[in-house]
Amino acid sequence: MNELLLVVTIGGERVALPAAAVESVVELDTLIPVPRAAPHVAGLSALRSRVLTVIDCMRSLELGTSDRSDGIREAAVVEFDGHHYALIVDLVEDVVEAMSDAQPMRAVMGDGWERVSLGMVDTETGPLLLVDVAALIAGAADAKAA
Amino acid sequence: MDDLIADFVAECREMLEALGGEIVAWEAEPDDRARLDSIFRFVHTVKGNCGFFEFPRLEALSHAAEDALADVRAGRRHPDGHLVSAVLAIIDRIGEMIAAIDAGEEMPAGDDSSLIQALAPGAEGIAAPATATVVEGQPRAASAPRTIRLSVELLDRVMSTVSDMVLARNELARRLRESPTEVAVDGAFERLSAIIADMRDAITRTRMQRIENLFVGLPRMVRDLSAELSKQVLVDIEGGDVELDREMIEMIRDPLTHIIRNAVDHGIETPADRLKAGKREIGILAVSARQSGNQILIDIHDDGRGIDGKKLVAKALDVGLLERDEAAKLNPREQLALVFEAGLSTAKEVTSISGRGVGMDVVRSNVERIGGIVEVDSKLGEGTRMTLRVPLTLTIIPALTVSIAGQHFAIPRSAIEEIVRANGESVTLEHLGGAGMATIRGRRVPEVSLSEILGLTSEVDENDRRLIVLRPAGGDLYALSVDRIHDHEELVVKPAAPAVMATGLYAGTTLADDGSPILLFDPAGLAQVGGVKLETQERSARIAEGKAAPVSKSTAVLLFRALDGSRRALRLAVVDRIEEVPATAIKKAAGQLRVQLGDAILPLAGASDAEFGDGKVRLFRLNDGAHEIGYAFAEVIDFATVDNDIIHAESPGEVSGVSLINGEPAEIVDGHWLFANYVGAVAQAADQLVCRLPSDDPWMQNMLRPIVEAAGYRVVGDEHEGDADLVIAPQGREISGDASKTIWLRPDPDASGKKDESIYRYDRAGLLMALKTAGAGRGK
Repeated sequence: MNELLLVVTIGGERVALPAAAVESVVELDTLIPVPRAAPHVAGLSALRSRVLTVIDCMRSLELGTSDRSDGIREAAVVEFDGHHYALIVDLVEDVVEAMSDAQPMRAVMGDGWERVSLGMVDTETGPLLLVDVAALIAGAADAKAA
Repeated sequence: MDDLIADFVAECREMLEALGGEIVAWEAEPDDRARLDSIFRFVHTVKGNCGFFEFPRLEALSHAAEDALADVRAGRRHPDGHLVSAVLAIIDRIGEMIAAIDAGEEMPAGDDSSLIQALAPGAEGIAAPATATVVEGQPRAASAPRTIRLSVELLDRVMSTVSDMVLARNELARRLRESPTEVAVDGAFERLSAIIADMRDAITRTRMQRIENLFVGLPRMVRDLSAELSKQVLVDIEGGDVELDREMIEMIRDPLTHIIRNAVDHGIETPADRLKAGKREIGILAVSARQSGNQILIDIHDDGRGIDGKKLVAKALDVGLLERDEAAKLNPREQLALVFEAGLSTAKEVTSISGRGVGMDVVRSNVERIGGIVEVDSKLGEGTRMTLRVPLTLTIIPALTVSIAGQHFAIPRSAIEEIVRANGESVTLEHLGGAGMATIRGRRVPEVSLSEILGLTSEVDENDRRLIVLRPAGGDLYALSVDRIHDHEELVVKPAAPAVMATGLYAGTTLADDGSPILLFDPAGLAQVGGVKLETQERSARIAEGKAAPVSKSTAVLLFRALDGSRRALRLAVVDRIEEVPATAIKKAAGQLRVQLGDAILPLAGASDAEFGDGKVRLFRLNDGAHEIGYAFAEVIDFATVDNDIIHAESPGEVSGVSLINGEPAEIVDGHWLFANYVGAVAQAADQLVCRLPSDDPWMQNMLRPIVEAAGYRVVGDEHEGDADLVIAPQGREISGDASKTIWLRPDPDASGKKDESIYRYDRAGLLMALKTAGAGRGK
């Protein structure tokens, strides 16, 4: 099982996204806010004449708000359920190969992390938390409702 | 019917082609179950369709083959060589017949009984197996239209790619505007744009489906329903070839079904009742579709008992939908429109067919959700007509862009009733217990502030905002205050992500010309979130009524303040719309002021040089049917009617006279003079005489009439009896009466020949001369 993983940093923590789900990594410059939307929806942006719904991963994990003071954020573009999303992360590191299948985490994680976790995978750089893209997009509000 | 046959033929051909290989394989291996199944499916399909189309020979053949093959499938019979040959011979014959049907020929003469007998167990084979493969290579009739079947997903993908292409083009256009480019590049881009526009049109058409697809199930449905209700109903369907967006067809399927169920259940009476009422036993349900502009009209008309408006009102009073004094004011159409209110049904008994009064309100809100309208008209005892009006397509929406706190949004134009300035003359804005209430020309509508709904802080003072009066689907009027209004645009709208839709405020997203995303509002959602109670107080406003023809004396005018501060009026019919442009869009070019509006450059009246400064200029867009000019002004005062006499000016000019409007004098702007002077190519220019002008010609009425009146004539219309001293008619029109007293007007500056005695319609001098001559002629 040699799944490729995209290693990103969210809220200071290195985690892995399934690379197959990620279309590209972009730097967002414009961000049009969506008034009244759930807090983790940071806004809309455009990529090659497509509308991206921008998700602030920090907020989705209830870890606070991503710092957007410098105006440019790195984001991973994913397609989910026919819509394109840009997931704002602190940093995009690299693509690595998974050395194991995802193992359930037995230690207790923070609330937000618990919700998005698909388990732990071993990589060359040590174990990483594998994050569920769909759960990131759904955000906190939905999880509470469920 | 012909189309259905063509479909049938196409389907059979397709199956025959696919079968070509199977047949040969089956021949070699009669025990192959998969091959057997596909051949069985083919004869089964043919049999099913034949019954529908009345092709008895085809039916007999396919039926026989189906029976034999069914035995084989059930294991009652072993497929021996004879059987295979016989089946193949039948398939061959079917192929020949289909070819004949396709070519529109008579069925080839012949007897199929020998073929059918050959199927019987133990019969001698009569057809040579080798002929089986002939089907494969059969030449197509040259005249048949070539069609292929495509999956809907593929079409949707192409459509969405084309939409993306349009957006990409818009972005490219923006970049081109920003950077200096060569003319050659611009030219190439223009060409690309045109091609993309063509392509979008074409691909939009591929998504079109005949509405027949929707109608084809109706006869069956009506038959079942009427059988259940012991009624007799004849369905008459027309206009099945009208084309509609595939998605739209799906959206109107339910409302249409519901209306038809209602018509059969509540509308059409039982045969006994019909006879008593002096009608034929069989009720007629006519369903027709036609295209009108970019709308599709679907009429559902039954000749049943009709809807009793008074009963509806009584019911509405019962359930508390209406107040008694309100009810008394309703006109018959408004009474009928009650049928769309929730919780009303005049049916005495609840039936399983159309339920209990839930329904028509749902029908209306479903139709309005897709930007359509449903109307009802009914005569008690004679029948009911329901009309659905729906737009052709869903994906490209005309919208208005507005901004609040610097952010742009779009509002679908179909929901917009009107736009007013919050501080306009006829608008007052009040706050009652924190709730906004706008009074627009005497009509009270709830007002909500977009900035409050969105939780944004607006920097524009409340009184400087614009109010957009919206009528959401299934709801009532409310006014939305926004900071600024920008532009009308045709937007390619895409659904937004679920997290965005969850707000209930938005209908989708789109990209603006500058490439930034714009959210499209859902007007009903805005009202809901904004806390507007969507009640039914504005019932009468919902009905689109033809206004009574204006009385000849009181002409509707637009009262405004000109740039020089004078109070002026323009005939309303001449004003197309109001535009706001930056002062930089106005340039002096080719000897006169011109204004750029989008792609058009119009002559600009109402202003002299350099009055504009840097700000925005508001202007009327005037239209005489062929040309447009702009007319700059400072502010609109009001709509008014000219009830008093007009005192005509001494000499022709921009102002043709003055009249008292709303108690103060106002100058009446002379539309004819404006067009004559601003739309180039002008051939530089008693007692009550009667002049007849065609009353159905708006140009004559709005442009020419003031001049003729100024020349001392009393203007009458076509319906005027008695002699006219002068008749003015457009060139080529038949008129009765003495041609010598007729002035013909032609639309082109150049005469078409020597004998052409008509006058160019902006040749003011010529016109005045002709008017004078005609007057003098009578004086003799």
